[in-house]
Amino acid sequence: MNMQQFWRRRPNASALMLLAIVVGSLPLWVKSSYLISTGIFVGISAILTLGLCLLMGYAGQISLGHAAFYGIGAYTSAILTVRSGLNPWLAILIGIIVTASAAYLIGLFIFRLSGHYLAVATLGLGIIVYLAFGEFRELTGGPTGLPGVPRLAVGGFVFDGDVEYFYLVWSVVIVFLVLSLNVVNSRVGRALRAIHGSEAAADSVGIDSSRHKLQMLVMSVVFASVAGSLYVHYMRFVSPQPFDFTASVRLVVMAAVGGLASVWGALFGAAAVILLTVVLREFLPLVVRDASGEHTVIVYGIILVVIMVLMPEGLTVGLLKSIRWPSFKLKT
Amino acid sequence: MHNYGIGDYLQLILSGISTGSIYVLIALGIVMIYNVTGVINLAQGEYTMLGAMFAVTYYSWRVPLLLAFLASVLTVTLIGMLIERLTVNPVRSASAVTLIIITVGVSITIRGIALLVWGSTPYFLPEFTGGAPFSILGAVMSRQRLWIVGTAGLVLLLLYYLLDRTLLGKALRACAINRQAASLMGVGPAQMSLLAFALSAALGAVAGIVIAPLTLVTYDMGLMLGLKGFVAAVIGGLTSAPGAVVGGLLLGVLESLSAGLISSGLKDAIAFLVLLVVILALSKKVVGRLKGRRMTK
Repeated sequence: MNMQQFWRRRPNASALMLLAIVVGSLPLWVKSSYLISTGIFVGISAILTLGLCLLMGYAGQISLGHAAFYGIGAYTSAILTVRSGLNPWLAILIGIIVTASAAYLIGLFIFRLSGHYLAVATLGLGIIVYLAFGEFRELTGGPTGLPGVPRLAVGGFVFDGDVEYFYLVWSVVIVFLVLSLNVVNSRVGRALRAIHGSEAAADSVGIDSSRHKLQMLVMSVVFASVAGSLYVHYMRFVSPQPFDFTASVRLVVMAAVGGLASVWGALFGAAAVILLTVVLREFLPLVVRDASGEHTVIVYGIILVVIMVLMPEGLTVGLLKSIRWPSFKLKT
Repeated sequence: MHNYGIGDYLQLILSGISTGSIYVLIALGIVMIYNVTGVINLAQGEYTMLGAMFAVTYYSWRVPLLLAFLASVLTVTLIGMLIERLTVNPVRSASAVTLIIITVGVSITIRGIALLVWGSTPYFLPEFTGGAPFSILGAVMSRQRLWIVGTAGLVLLLLYYLLDRTLLGKALRACAINRQAASLMGVGPAQMSLLAFALSAALGAVAGIVIAPLTLVTYDMGLMLGLKGFVAAVIGGLTSAPGAVVGGLLLGVLESLSAGLISSGLKDAIAFLVLLVVILALSKKVVGRLKGRRMTK
């Protein structure tokens, strides 16, 4: 079997291999620590966007408060390691359990809602959690944050350099990618697409739609929680600001750029938005005097509106549909 | 916690009512757009910010305050109409979720542009009339707070007159009741959608201008105000104008009481907790209504 045949028969496996090669070799020829650090943030955002795409694109459930789950993961890791001196890996695991159980409980109530009301309920929830991060000072350190989060280590090996951390984050990304691809191309994935098409029709052929939606929510927040933990162990500091409403919106932008129902699109969306932010941060000050990071939100807003007006399925999916790819269309 | 007298409670309730009046104006805009077009406009708060910003700007050009007020409302109304033509009108048949994401995008775009134009420094607008605050039963109320309540009341009357006594208002209501039937009767849903956006932008702008003297005018003031207006609209059932009035006032008073009696930091969280409780309590009825609507389409 030659390369092209393999690509055609196993598009996802080939793309994963390609990704592993690109990511694996990146630190060999990129020496700028700024770019490697950007790569770490792309990886963390990719994990988040992947989770959000599973929830929004496949389960069809909008979340305008996804940064809350990211934040819960981050704060659980930070609080347990700083305040109780717990092993960071154990803290990550506890973070996953806390976030997943919170999401499960919330999901039991919130999935009785749909459409507008779900959007608004998740938005409200996101803001409550964000405000709580700032308010419970004894635990979270309040608005100024909680410093002193330890580095991650395995045995004697400490992930103390950017390159080591880059490999760690991207290994997690690849594991989660494989997991997501398996889920969306399985019975659960088909059931979810049916639910997305019509919940009543799916129910009528025996698909337990509320159970599937809950499963997706839990899976999606587990991704968010792990991303949060990876974030605090890299920054070694946590404050409420990265988990505010704008952060939730940024995640929706990434998912929308990638194409809501596309696993590979999530990766692309995260990379495109982060790289765009980096470029804007470099070039905006040349155009606008004393431009700050805040100014980049204009661009997010415009991208979001344009994509949603012109290609409601998302940029990647919209473009893939308009271009004909005869032989190597990614199966997602 | 010290002992509260009747005056303290009255104080909290009065300031709650005046803040609530702001929420009422914003909520009415959201309800109007939702009724006529089916869009949940999460960008409503930005009209409030724009109203305040333009009023401050015109006033700084030595335009008299009343004229600055009217010019600002007019400017924001035009902006609202422009936004409707650019973003909502082209995607009339899009899903609810797509439409919400679009309004979120509009909201952050406006905020970003405001940051570019006005920067992040706060601006001030003087109180409409100077003078000592009134005192009632040991509670004091500044003149500006009276202006807020009075203006909101006047706007409500005007709105009532427009919707209930004019042909245009009748067309707008017809469109809210049944878009298809209305269009068969010669009411253009596209025009009505434009009118709804224009009116709700004007409502938002008025809210922003009257609150401006009490708060700092900043580019990001619209986010929280818009969300609070939204909470008020949801408390009122999202489709009812009287409901929005009650919802706004309730939210204002509840917030003011919880800030005064519990903690000012948790004030915002309480508003959103109320939102969640109300939404979940309504959910059965609401879900039924949404599904029923889909069936008829």
